[in-house]
Amino acid sequence: MLNIKTFEERLDRQAPALFIMPAVLIVLSFSIFPLIVSLFVALSRLKFVKGGIEAKYIGFLNFKKLLFGSQQYHFLGKFDQLTAIGYVIMSVFVILILVWFYRYFRSNNFSLVGTFGRLVVATGLFFLLMLTLINLTTPKGLPGTLVVTLVYVVLGVVLQYMIGLGLAMLCVQKIKGRNFFRIVFFVPMMITPVGIAYLFRMLTDMTKGPFAPIVMLLGMEETSWAVIPWGARIAVMIGDAWQWIPFMFIILLAGLESLSIEQKEAAIIDGAGSWQIFRDITWPTLLPVSVTIVLIRLIEAFKIIDLPNVMTNGGPGIATESLSLHAYFNWRTMDLSGSAAVGYLLMVVAVFVCLSFVSLVKNQVEIAQQ
Amino acid sequence: MNLLKLITKKRSLEVPSILESGLSYIVLGVWAFICIFPIYWVLITSVKEPHVVNQGPFYIPFVDFQPSLHAWDFVIMQESMNTLRPFFNTVIISLISAFITLLIGSMAGYALVRIHYRPKIVSIACFILILILAILLITRMGLDWRMVLTSGTAIFLLFIFTLSRRFKASLGNNDIGFWMISQRILPPVVVVIPVYIFYQQLGILDTYLAMVITYVAINIPIVVWLMRDFFFGIPLDLEENAALDGASRFRIFTTIVLPLAKPGLSATFMLVLILCWNEYLLSLFISMTDTQTLPLMIASMNTTRGPQWWYMSVIIILMIVPVILIALFLYRFIIRGLLVGAIK
Repeated sequence: MLNIKTFEERLDRQAPALFIMPAVLIVLSFSIFPLIVSLFVALSRLKFVKGGIEAKYIGFLNFKKLLFGSQQYHFLGKFDQLTAIGYVIMSVFVILILVWFYRYFRSNNFSLVGTFGRLVVATGLFFLLMLTLINLTTPKGLPGTLVVTLVYVVLGVVLQYMIGLGLAMLCVQKIKGRNFFRIVFFVPMMITPVGIAYLFRMLTDMTKGPFAPIVMLLGMEETSWAVIPWGARIAVMIGDAWQWIPFMFIILLAGLESLSIEQKEAAIIDGAGSWQIFRDITWPTLLPVSVTIVLIRLIEAFKIIDLPNVMTNGGPGIATESLSLHAYFNWRTMDLSGSAAVGYLLMVVAVFVCLSFVSLVKNQVEIAQQ
Repeated sequence: MNLLKLITKKRSLEVPSILESGLSYIVLGVWAFICIFPIYWVLITSVKEPHVVNQGPFYIPFVDFQPSLHAWDFVIMQESMNTLRPFFNTVIISLISAFITLLIGSMAGYALVRIHYRPKIVSIACFILILILAILLITRMGLDWRMVLTSGTAIFLLFIFTLSRRFKASLGNNDIGFWMISQRILPPVVVVIPVYIFYQQLGILDTYLAMVITYVAINIPIVVWLMRDFFFGIPLDLEENAALDGASRFRIFTTIVLPLAKPGLSATFMLVLILCWNEYLLSLFISMTDTQTLPLMIASMNTTRGPQWWYMSVIIILMIVPVILIALFLYRFIIRGLLVGAIK
């Protein structure tokens, strides 16, 4: 009895460490340890030998191959001269960036670190936008996996957010059956992406799918979305949107419901129109929530792999191949170091885009919360 | 005039006009249809005969075509299909991982609420440095990893006890919580290759153990984050009274805190269960034949004769129905779980 008591006391003294250590150790061993090892793998050439793996250090050759060498077409796509549209978009972007900097220098709280961070964000976004335009708006340009992923992420998240917000605005009105809609809209989110990929392959079958009569009516039964690059990409994005619009919807609806009615009523008495109410009352309240969910979606969207893998297998060609899928294909052909290099570049781009997003909208949120 | 305008405007806020609500119903109805229709289509495809599927679209059973259960019979009863094994793999792996994740994660979540930690920056830096050194030694010098591991741990402990007295800079509970959730930004592709090599060295590739460890590791941050929020809502006095009576922290945790957090625990459990159930990428790398899960099985079902939609539909239903049922029953809890991170 005495023995048990002292054991329990001794255990209790260690309780703080015992409570948190398992979680910390597991997360550590699955984040920092793989990150470091992954870097080593990406910097070397791996060979499967009898009884294990042989690693030979080769420096940045794997990255060089992806960025400048034989795999450049796969990762960065094919280049061409910018066309007129490209120049117009680039100059608009540059003007916006200059305005952003101008505002920052005019404000009182500017520092050296902040300026440097903004410079990094501006140059990074400049190159990403340039690459996208070179790949997508020029006659000879073809997007590589990087730009395809960016298209999925940026276009996809914007689309999902807009539709989710629209549906939430409709659903927040006092109409009957609100809960019914909420539960129905919630269902797609819970289905595994692989299942969704097959669902959409079934639905988009041009001759046997449910929309075949419409296709027949339009006289397009000979065409197939799967062989047109943009058709395939849009199909993947529709599948992704079908799954994730509910997420946007549910959280934005909760955000809208937390809006105080009194404020709205006061605005109406002051004679504000519905657009004014949206701009001055609804939007500022929704902004912090919006930033959070867009950030969550940005983080998750960069990991997209199941939908393109099952729906199109990355094809036609590499038109729908995301970076994760690129890494997986490399891994499947036993090119472990190439796979790790792609994974690392994906991480760099994902972290950069997420941080840029936060730094771009931070000011807006602060203004809205005042 | 002004008053009239005010009244009509006011009405439009409380109860939308007939035109407005009609339009809203149409849009919402269309979206509800978009949400439900794909699932309906799988359901009816699963009871179609192959020739019915191949002849073109038919929409309503008994009216358009005669339903039959041949695909269900084949998928579940036929030995060669071997559906049940992936199904039970998925069930077992998800249940065990969700349970362990919940246990470890809620302990950490509770600790982050009630105990104040001050991890020293020096010891963290030390740890990472020694880790890099150890990996360098193993990969470049070819030293035995067990030896490096033990000596590394010893050096690290030595450093902690000597160095940490001098440097006081430390982090707080919020930093730990934020660090955990920030792990979500790591693409699994970066993580999975070292993990694959590691499992291969240990010889546990394609076992339940490997799958469970992986799933636990990737889901712990979510559980910690969610449970932390639930534990914040539990009143402190009960625990303080128990502590005055001499109960240990573990006893307080198991007899007072956990029962009070039951709703949160069950919701988080279900959320993790669904995440494990649907997981695809990691199992794609780690599992082969023995621990194949349902998402993998479906993904690999593209046969040379073209996809056999009727069989596939059955497996898709087997895969998504449990999840949808859980989701519908625990709708409110799961929503609350989702909202925790986004709305503060």
